[in-house]
Amino acid sequence: MSIDRVIAYLLRSWLLLALIFVFTPIIISFIFSFSPKHYPTLPLGGFSTGWYEKIATEATVLPAFINSIKAGVIVAVISTFIGFAAAYTDYRYRFFGKNFYLALALLPPTIPVLILGLVMLIYLSRISLVGELHSVVFAHVVYCIPFAMALIRLRLAQMNPDLESAAWNLGANSWRAMRDVILPFTLPSIFAALALTMAVSFDEYMIAFFTSGISETLPVRVLVFLGGRVSPRINAVGSVVFTISMALVILAQILLLRRRGGERAAA
Amino acid sequence: MPEALLVLDQVVKRFGEHIAVAGVDLDISQGEFLAIMGPSGCGKTTTLRMIAGLEEPSEGEIRLNGKRINELKPWQRDTPLVWQNLALFPHLNVVKNVEFGLKMRGVGGRERRERSMNWLERMSLAEYANRNIAQLSGGERQRVAIARALVTEPEILLLDEPLSALDAHLRVRMQSEIMQLQKQLGITFAYVTHNQSEAFAMASRVAVMNSGLIQQIGSPREVYRAPANHFVAEFIGSNNILTGTVTASQGSQVTVETAHGTFQAPTQDPAPAQGDTLELVVSADLVAISDHAGEYDNVITGELISEEFIGSVITLYLDIGDGTVFRVQKQQHELDTLDYASGQKLYASWRPEDTYVLPA
Repeated sequence: MSIDRVIAYLLRSWLLLALIFVFTPIIISFIFSFSPKHYPTLPLGGFSTGWYEKIATEATVLPAFINSIKAGVIVAVISTFIGFAAAYTDYRYRFFGKNFYLALALLPPTIPVLILGLVMLIYLSRISLVGELHSVVFAHVVYCIPFAMALIRLRLAQMNPDLESAAWNLGANSWRAMRDVILPFTLPSIFAALALTMAVSFDEYMIAFFTSGISETLPVRVLVFLGGRVSPRINAVGSVVFTISMALVILAQILLLRRRGGERAAA
Repeated sequence: MPEALLVLDQVVKRFGEHIAVAGVDLDISQGEFLAIMGPSGCGKTTTLRMIAGLEEPSEGEIRLNGKRINELKPWQRDTPLVWQNLALFPHLNVVKNVEFGLKMRGVGGRERRERSMNWLERMSLAEYANRNIAQLSGGERQRVAIARALVTEPEILLLDEPLSALDAHLRVRMQSEIMQLQKQLGITFAYVTHNQSEAFAMASRVAVMNSGLIQQIGSPREVYRAPANHFVAEFIGSNNILTGTVTASQGSQVTVETAHGTFQAPTQDPAPAQGDTLELVVSADLVAISDHAGEYDNVITGELISEEFIGSVITLYLDIGDGTVFRVQKQQHELDTLDYASGQKLYASWRPEDTYVLPA
């Protein structure tokens, strides 16, 4: 066996260990969410969906879950729309201060969420918008736009820059070219952006904690649980949040990677 | 006389400080095949894009059928373009690509499909109608691009180096296909290329551009045999250019002394005076070659440095002193009797009347 292959194996094992390290707590939490007992012990001593039934009937969990879904959907739609507009502006136009515009547009995720949550709280309370679900939506949209924009920009960058002009040349006005060429071409990334921004909003805790007030979202509820007595309900709620977020992220990945092969051949 | 189909009248295009097109006058007649040729950055593509409305002229006027079209948006005119990279829509299949122009003009579904299929049949692509663009070969894509541009039956078709991505063999085949198509349709083709052989092979008229200006416009034969200036003579790759001083002028001939010998050339009107500096152009295909003596009156000697085969044509490169290269182009069979090797001294000669004197 050559030294290169030994190194390759070692690196792969290292990666595997790192992944195990990261995912172990999540997997354990997932496993124990099906335990019938109050305290996590091994062996599990049976399989039960009791904790899921319990959280489903708990007065605080279901509204929080519905809040999270509502906020997630609205945030996904608004931030993908604005993200698309921002990405298209970047793709299509050259103007003075463009780099500044791009930096500004991509800035929010680089601000620590603690700070972002806090300033959002102060800002929204000044304009009397705080403590409702729409405050969470507002703050999450600000936070999510750059994710949507980044995904859609990536797709636009793969587009032949002459395609839009070619559509005009064939008689399509700006609006038809947008509808018949740009939108269909970017559609996979638009769906991916919807899924990803929904995932980001769905499991975001810090900003939601500061801005949600009485309309708490699911991650906020989880943390409230933690503040009290440790209960296996957390395993169940956590698993639900994790599964939904992961499903959305994986969906985004699939949408982005699909059809690549065919287009590469066309390039 | 009625005005030509398309007229460019002192058209200028500036991009900030940069002048891409510096005042172009051009008449394109109904039904002609015009090639606009020049090195990259000469302004030929910008000229074409202005005709298509993708750029707006900074000065001057563009008229189609006598009507100013400067301000018309690209979608308000019918000037389809075949793009250098084809710009086919990757998310649409073949027939939907072809239909696009009709759809944008509000042609109904059934008529749209019928007219597109007719074009696909004409380009022998009917069986590919429902394929993805990615599944087509280079030549097939080329034909889809042409069908897509022609489906609206425009008066003029613009082509921007459409064959540059194809291999040499396919390029020649597509050239004759495009020529035939133009003859059958009888519509105007404006074809931009940097490739001289492509322009000469296809066009009925050639415009040579450099630095944003048209240097010469005429039939391929005129441009080839009688270049208007040094740039055109140089750009037509098969020319040898010799600079010299007039030492004598008798009747219809002048004697010109150059660094590489003294040559006879026909005089032009007005006849150059003794002491004038002239540029002589000798087309590489009008030169005879021998290993012992010059066949014609104008003789130049040089060492063979390399040779190049293009099919049946061979180009010999001679070093005629201080690194100056002299080209001789021959049919392969004409060189059968000549025994030559690299480094050998050869005699290149040509008739005085085949010497072209560049206008001063």
